[in-house]
Amino acid sequence: MPEAKVIPLHADLPTDALPVVQVVPPAAPAGEPSAFEQKLAGGLNFLRRRLTGEYEVDDFGFDPDLTEHVLLPPLRPLYEKWFRVETRGLDNVPDVGGALVVANHSGTIPMDAVMTALALLDHHPAHRHLRMLGADLVFTLPVIAPLARKAGNTLACNADAERLLTQGELVGVWPEGFKGIGKPFSERYKLQRFGRGGFVSAALRTGVPIIPCSIVGAEEIYPMVGNMKTLARLLGVPYLPITPTFPLLGPFGAVPLPSKWIIEFGEPIETKDLGGAAAAEDPMLVFNVTDQVRETIQSTLYTLLMQRRSVFF
Amino acid sequence: MSSRVVLVTGVSRYLGGRLAGALAADPSIERVIGVDTVPPRPEQKRLLGRTEFVRADIRNPLIAKVVAQAEVDTVVHMNVIATPLGAGGRTAMKEINVIGTMQLLAACQKAPSMRKLVVKSTTAVYGSSPRDPALFTESVEPRALPKSGYAKDAVEVEGYVRGFGRRRPDVTLSLLRFTNFIGPSIETPLTRYFSLPVVPTVLGFDPRIQLCHEDDGIEVLSRAVQEDHPGIFNVGGSGVLLLSQAIRRLGKPALPVPSPAVSLVARAFRSAGLVDFSPEQMRYLEHGRVADVSRLQAEFGWGPRPTAQAFDDFVSATSSGRVLSHEVAEAAEQKVLDLVARHRPAGQGVPVA
Repeated sequence: MPEAKVIPLHADLPTDALPVVQVVPPAAPAGEPSAFEQKLAGGLNFLRRRLTGEYEVDDFGFDPDLTEHVLLPPLRPLYEKWFRVETRGLDNVPDVGGALVVANHSGTIPMDAVMTALALLDHHPAHRHLRMLGADLVFTLPVIAPLARKAGNTLACNADAERLLTQGELVGVWPEGFKGIGKPFSERYKLQRFGRGGFVSAALRTGVPIIPCSIVGAEEIYPMVGNMKTLARLLGVPYLPITPTFPLLGPFGAVPLPSKWIIEFGEPIETKDLGGAAAAEDPMLVFNVTDQVRETIQSTLYTLLMQRRSVFF
Repeated sequence: MSSRVVLVTGVSRYLGGRLAGALAADPSIERVIGVDTVPPRPEQKRLLGRTEFVRADIRNPLIAKVVAQAEVDTVVHMNVIATPLGAGGRTAMKEINVIGTMQLLAACQKAPSMRKLVVKSTTAVYGSSPRDPALFTESVEPRALPKSGYAKDAVEVEGYVRGFGRRRPDVTLSLLRFTNFIGPSIETPLTRYFSLPVVPTVLGFDPRIQLCHEDDGIEVLSRAVQEDHPGIFNVGGSGVLLLSQAIRRLGKPALPVPSPAVSLVARAFRSAGLVDFSPEQMRYLEHGRVADVSRLQAEFGWGPRPTAQAFDDFVSATSSGRVLSHEVAEAAEQKVLDLVARHRPAGQGVPVA
């Protein structure tokens, strides 16, 4: 208990400098609780809440208590020390109300999504939780599926997206999906097809702004130089990566390369005045907005790449 | 328009009996006729009040006579049963559920006195799959229709009910899709499951569950009879509990079973007569199911209590087998804190200015 050492220093002080101290009878706990004790009390309180089920989850299964205290803390060193994520344009994300963050997807595993969520929770002035929309596959996998729900994510479908946006949540979507995250290293920073524009119609129906988000650095964490297609099909996953370290080094292949990251949130694209639900039924308009978002992200990516000194610094 | 003569099917079972009793207590209703294949048990009889009991099989055309002679104007169909154990096997269960509904609806269609039909259905018609939206609204098309058991029966029953609605558009039709029931008295596969000393779960899955308190279920059904609320409604408490969270609130240990062994364990439980879990319900334990109840709240101007509250009522009624209660946990927490405080280094007084 290093904190406890602070107090005995008073003994070395000249007696006349000592404040008047009244020792509380030993039956009652003596003194102010130390920092350690306060931490312990907090930890025990958390443990009791967890063990007795006295916490709340929302309709989607989001458990903020668990997310903030258990799921995210181990990722912070990765965010701050390993990838040294730099965020730009956080003020483009509103403090309150629904908004749709649309970003490029890369990196073999969805580390970019996790880091974006962490950026918004830790560094946005309103400390917002990013509710992300995940692929079907995520919600069929044991262990992953309940974790994804507890962290606030839900299935990428219009019903869920619109429900979250109507509730005023900040929603994150990676419209490239597996095509983006599982693309070969040679195609890095080239945006793939942006889904079918489902995210645009969700934003149009709910009238929330679309915030284009460009992530640089995630492409290099696991450079995918090959794909074990047959094995992937056998396992029922969309791809199985070969990187310079995986499967060559076995479990060490899971260590991501320490690339330097930049996450830039671009200017919001307002959808309020585009015509609401009727506009969502106009495929041409939806395609146009989809393209606009895609182009914005692509050009921001190129600008950021030009500014980047090297992959790792 | 209020109901005069109400016929309730399935009164010998818990919910049917309670509903008949609640309606019998309403003086504006002239007669309450309860129908079932078996007479109600003595403790069930007390619930029924002035309900007249007719022992009839709704699979039998006799039901038509009852409806015609008593000039029934409101029928509450509660006889879609969930477990083959109570019905005497899956075949009999399907007969009662599907053929029974067809006979009853045929009788209703012929009766000129019919004004209202209330059907107790289930949200199980939405199935349980990881590919569905987080909340089912009444109009959603589920990705995977239930293929077996109770849920499939319910889908078929709803089909016949819709057919009836087309042929008798003058009849007010309320189709109520209930979530799982919970409460201090009701017995369902889910309450038996939660009553196990060690609660088995599927390893790696933690479904969201939504519950409806038994008292609120009766309230919704009575309101549907006493007031007019045509349409399809999801009925359940707002909010969800995670299965793990529910088991923790119970203070019981969970036993995660790897999914390949799940069907084996389920079969063992079934043959031991502990819990009758169908494959349908096993999927529920993986992916859960939550329905959007806002339409009910808007139309009825009232809604069942939240899921967590309904479950806590069940928890306080079933104290047996609890390993970790709230009080024990709190006491343990205090004990540790006291212990640390007592070993605080000496000389740390509170400075008093």
